[in-house]
Amino acid sequence: MNKKDMVSLKNVSLKYYTLEGETHAVNDISFSVKQGEFIGIVGPSGCGKTTILSLIAGLIKPTKGEILVDGKKVEGPSTDVGYMLQQDHLFEWRTIMQNALLGLEIHGKTNRETKEKVERLLETYGLGEFKNHYPDQLSGGMRQRAALIRTLAVDPKILLLDEPFSALDYQTRLAMSDEVSTIIRKEGKTALLVTHDISEAISMSDRVIVLSKRPATIKSIHEIQLTSERDNPISRRQAPEFRQYFNTIWKELDVHVQ
Amino acid sequence: MYNKNNHKAVSKEHAEYIAKIKKRKLLIRLTQISILIIFIALWELTARLKIIDAFITSQPSRIINTLISLHEEGTLWMHISISILETIVGFILGTAFGTAIAIILWWSDFAAKVADPYLVVLNSLPKVALGPIIIVWIGAGPFAIITMALLVSLIVTIITVLNGFLEINPDKIKLLQTFGATKLQILKKVILPASIPTIISALKINVGMSWVGVVVGEFLVSKAGLGHLIVYGGQVFKLDLVMTSIFILSIAAVLMYQFTAWLEKKLIKWQN
Ligand SMILES: Nc1ncnc2c1ncn2[C@@H]1O[C@H](COP(=O)(O)OP(=O)(O)OP(=O)(O)O)[C@@H](O)[C@H]1O
Ligand SMILES: [Mg+2]
Repeated sequence: MNKKDMVSLKNVSLKYYTLEGETHAVNDISFSVKQGEFIGIVGPSGCGKTTILSLIAGLIKPTKGEILVDGKKVEGPSTDVGYMLQQDHLFEWRTIMQNALLGLEIHGKTNRETKEKVERLLETYGLGEFKNHYPDQLSGGMRQRAALIRTLAVDPKILLLDEPFSALDYQTRLAMSDEVSTIIRKEGKTALLVTHDISEAISMSDRVIVLSKRPATIKSIHEIQLTSERDNPISRRQAPEFRQYFNTIWKELDVHVQ
Repeated sequence: MYNKNNHKAVSKEHAEYIAKIKKRKLLIRLTQISILIIFIALWELTARLKIIDAFITSQPSRIINTLISLHEEGTLWMHISISILETIVGFILGTAFGTAIAIILWWSDFAAKVADPYLVVLNSLPKVALGPIIIVWIGAGPFAIITMALLVSLIVTIITVLNGFLEINPDKIKLLQTFGATKLQILKKVILPASIPTIISALKINVGMSWVGVVVGEFLVSKAGLGHLIVYGGQVFKLDLVMTSIFILSIAAVLMYQFTAWLEKKLIKWQN
């Protein structure tokens, strides 16, 4: 497989400046992500995971280094990159359909064709009959699915997922990680998933990047190869190698309960 | 909407529960009405029995008579409609200008920081104290009264609405930024729609504020309106007239409040 690099970070550092001082959030990080690859990023709390995603999304500029998305230097938010936040942030005054159209509206691309496409996405992923409902009337899992469709509607090549399931209860979380990874693979997207949950990272990703404490540097990168019957997160969790990966990453994260 | 379909089958226990709640609601309403009726009846009765002096306290039957005679003179509706008009224009302008200024201050953080101490001072200043100045500047007429009504609600509106804007979850804005939204798009797609409840609650408060401005303005200008009737009634010791005006005032204020509550329901249709 000789696929092209969709995302690459070259010696990226970032410092936040405030009146109180500066926070060195990211230090000299380099890695790249191939087209269609699913990358998991784990690291201690507050180490700079969200910062890395915000950098790739073009929301903040690196203090040092360079970021390329699909071969082009990142200068600001681009339509190539879709970002899914921790909370679904569906707008309560919009119906599910209107929420899903938000990105297209901002790009000025709402027309018959794109609307039909969004409708098809909603149908495909089980929200067809809820398209005229308001978010309040949906369960947490359905809301998160609607948020994913809102991100997919603008057809980004790369998806950034920042702990997208952490607001969900455990059962829903398992089911959603399964669904989301199936959807993302089916739509042929490249994805970077930030999570606190080591199992989630291993079960969903092709590679897992382990970050150090702040300022974030790359501690290690694990190529995940699991022998499971089916290639979906829930059955991947049953693979014999799963434990081994879990233990290695757990040790590297070096979590201490204070 | 979609909830209703789920509630078709009501169990016996559920029906009893609903009946209990309804009974309680009815009891509350009946008690409220009884208090009003007893109050009016006692007022009338004690006045008739000369326990209280109806010359000072007026009495319900006199209020009705005053209403009828005002109506026959043909001036009643003139006074009512002038006051209502001034109030409506006042609270609409107060809310609109207040929201517009809040938008400007949201747009420019610099302007907001600069304006902050002025807003604090203006907010604590009793606006009706500016009445005489306004009358001198604008002239003793309806425009001065409307300006008073506007001023009374303006600063509070700016502060409430701006705070509403700033309380919106920054991640909602971040979400739009990831789509590459401009500041104007952020304003139109998130800030304003998310603030409709805040703006409407400001509108509700402004109805009351605006009445204060109008009544005080009419006290000072004293040419027409319910405020004028009250002042005039007080000066010539016609307490019946004062009470009647207050009675009309409360009805008008309640109706206007009901209107804004209705508006709220209409505009915020995503909440049931
Ligand atoms: N806008 C900002 N200004 C100043 N400091 C910031 C800003 N955003 C984040 N930081 C700081 O940078 C560090 C990294 O933050 P970041 O949100 O990237 O961490 P994270 O790994 O995503 O954390 P979490 O595990 O809590 O999600 C933290 O110490 C945080 O306080
Ligand atoms: Mg984070």
